[in-house]
Order: sequence, then structure tokens, then C-alpha cells
Amino acid sequence: MINKISPSVEEALAGIYDGATIMIGGFGGAGQPAELIDGLIAQGAKDLVIVNNNAGNGEVGLAALLKAGRVRKIICSFPRQADSYVFDELYHSKKIELELVPQGNLAERIRAAGAGIGAFFTPTGFGTELADGKETREINGRQYVLEYPIHADFALIKAETGDRWGNLTYRKTARNFGPIMATAAKCTIASVHNIVELGEIDPEVVVTPGLFVKRIVKVPRTATGPAGFKQD
Amino acid sequence: MSEQNTLPSWSRDEIAARVAQDIPDGAVVNLGIGLPTKVANHLPSDREVILHSENGVIGMGPAPAEGQEDYDLINAGKQPVTLLPGGCFFHHADSFGMMRGGHLDVCVLGAFQVSATGDLANWSTGAPDAIPAVGGAMDLAIGAKKTYVMTEMRTKKGEPKLVEKCSYPLTGIGCVSRIYTDVAVIDLGADGAKVIDIIDGMTFEQLQTLTEVKLQDARK
Repeated sequence: MINKISPSVEEALAGIYDGATIMIGGFGGAGQPAELIDGLIAQGAKDLVIVNNNAGNGEVGLAALLKAGRVRKIICSFPRQADSYVFDELYHSKKIELELVPQGNLAERIRAAGAGIGAFFTPTGFGTELADGKETREINGRQYVLEYPIHADFALIKAETGDRWGNLTYRKTARNFGPIMATAAKCTIASVHNIVELGEIDPEVVVTPGLFVKRIVKVPRTATGPAGFKQD
Repeated sequence: MSEQNTLPSWSRDEIAARVAQDIPDGAVVNLGIGLPTKVANHLPSDREVILHSENGVIGMGPAPAEGQEDYDLINAGKQPVTLLPGGCFFHHADSFGMMRGGHLDVCVLGAFQVSATGDLANWSTGAPDAIPAVGGAMDLAIGAKKTYVMTEMRTKKGEPKLVEKCSYPLTGIGCVSRIYTDVAVIDLGADGAKVIDIIDGMTFEQLQTLTEVKLQDARK
């Protein structure tokens, strides 16, 4: 019998090793799997390469992982935010490496990894310093930059509902990077707020088919808080 | 400021209203973070315009009432929004595919500098100690059928923002088709900068003093 349900966050994260590349879902706070990140901090893996859109907010979640000194390098599109002071300090003191990627190229490089694409030509970034040193080509009169996929060893994502085959649905804009990161990692671990029997998720609304997911774990629902912008 | 205060200028809301006038019924539009978000407040009520936000939502509605915020439903500025009936959610690769694939009609962005041929610099001032952050700026710049820029004609220090060649790091090349400023609306392209609208009380010659770019008078 297939049963991807882990009884605890600790067991869901078993086997994450030092030096791993880990994709972490979320756009600011929405879709950021806070319980899995807290579990990763407790688990102790270090020297990590993290792929996320941002570089943490406040001192929770991804920011807490950075603050704990576990991250060697971050690949992201928008590290600097109103509340990214943990990253800012690490960056200024040269304690973390940054690979800055335009957001759509980041998404497409993740998608390409999951879809078995060797590389792709994109118009985004052509002629800018983020394309420095990269191969370019004119195709049908338009200029493109060659970009390579980003593969990961693990993906930690936050979903809404799952079943024992790993099928997932998401909630509103918390979906963001979850479905593509799920495809791009050797081992995708999803937190969910509901676990249901097979067949209870309408097959027409499954967003991530279970084959992309290795482990799911149920966590209590807590309201997503504001993050990433200047609050009055 | 004092020198510029002697000339008339549109307020930021008036610039936003001027942009909104040019967005046609049925258009799918992405409004960049900051000043461009004001455009949503000025869309004529008789037009149905669909708002896209690159974090994965189309059919975005206004900010929720106080106390009704749901931080799983946010815009690209990470601020809480609402969803209109008919709106939907999608993942990031689909969202940026909508842009890159040319499925958006209009994108409105802010700028540090824009060149006469439509080069855009809006993501970095190149300051050596600054933390670089690009987000979706480069994707937005080249993605929509039309990319409009909303900005003041000059910086707070009085330096022109419409320039021959951008000195700040580029966001995209030849991507801006029109710039809406506090004193004029100017079309940009391979054949230069064509002024299509100037604020009442300012002459073409006065406008020309605000930029190093040679302007062409294309007002009807």
C-alpha cells in the first residue's frame, strides 16, 4: 500500500543532509511552510543552498533558518524587503552567497528542472547585468538568453489538502511556487492542513498529482501573517 | 523643487487617472508595485479591466475591509487584496508564462530612468553597498503587449529621468512604449520621443528644458 503520510514533521524531514539544495515554497509569508522550516532548524542540516523567491521576513520561518547559520547560499529574486534584516546583515558581512534571478526566470528554471528540459532561451534579462556572461541568441528577430534548470535535493512546500498518494490542493495565492517546486526536487515534502481519503479530493481540482510528492504531514492551521512590506 | 514649482504639474493621482484613461475595456493589466497601483483607483466604471498580479492571481479586486485581511490572498507587493467573481489562482510558472507569452495587454511600471528608445532602468541604482533585488521587474518590462511607465519628469534632485542613455543598470531594452509623467505623455520607440500630451500652462519649449532627449511634437 502506498502511504506517504508522515506521522510527524520530524519524520517527514528525515534524511535531509548537510550541503543539500532545498527549495522552499512561498512568496513572502504566503505559502511559506513555517512548520517544516522550524523542523529543519531542529533537525540541524547545515551548509544548505536554499531556493525561494525571497530571503526571509522578520525572524521567523526562512529568516530563522538564515539566522541559525544553516544557509551557505540563497537563490532568489527579491531578497531586500522592509523586514529582511536577518538576510541583510548576513549579506553585508559576507556570510551568505546570493544568486539573484529574475522572478519569471526563477520560476521557469524550476519548471524546466521538473519537466526534463536541458536549458531554455528566455527574453527576460537580455541586455542586463543579470545576463552577463550568459549565452544569447537571436530567434525570429528577438534576443534571448540561455538559462539552465535549477534542480533540488528536497522541496519543502505548504499545501492545503492532501491524501495518502500525495495529491495536493493549495489555498489562494499561497499556491505560488509550490506546484513547480514539487516537480523539481528528488524528495518533495508537503505540509497540509487536511488529510482526506483517496478520492475525496475532486480529481478535477488536484493541482499537484501525487507522483511529485514523497511525504506529506499534517500541521495545525494558523492564519498566515503579514510579511514583506512596510506596515503602518 | 522650487524651480519646478514655478511650472504646473499633475499630481500622482492625476497621472494615474491619465494612464487609466488609456486602458481599454476588456484589457488584462498588471500594475507594478508602488505608484502604478494607483491606476486601479481611476479605471472608469463603465470598463471591465482584469488585473493580474505576478504572484499568481488574475481578477484581483480592491483591498479588503479592515479586519477581513487574508494573507494567503496577496498581491505582488505582498499586501492583502480580494478576488472578484471570475478570478482565479495559478502557480508562478503559469503566471510568468502569461507575461512572457504576451498574454497581458498592458503593464504599468515605475522607473528610475527611461531612454528615448524605451530602455528601462527601474530595479537598481547600482549603489555598491545596496542589496540587489529584481523580483519580477525584468519579466514585467518585456512581457506585456504594451509597457507604460509612470514617473515624474525629473528626480527630486532635479535630474532628468528621460535620458539619452540610462546610467543605472538596465531592466530591459527598448521595452517601454509610453511614459506618463507629471507634465507630459510621451511615446517612445526606435524613431525617438514623441510628445502626445502636455499639461495646460506648459509650452513644448518649456517641456524640452526638462530632458536632454530631443523631443518631437506629435500633439494633434
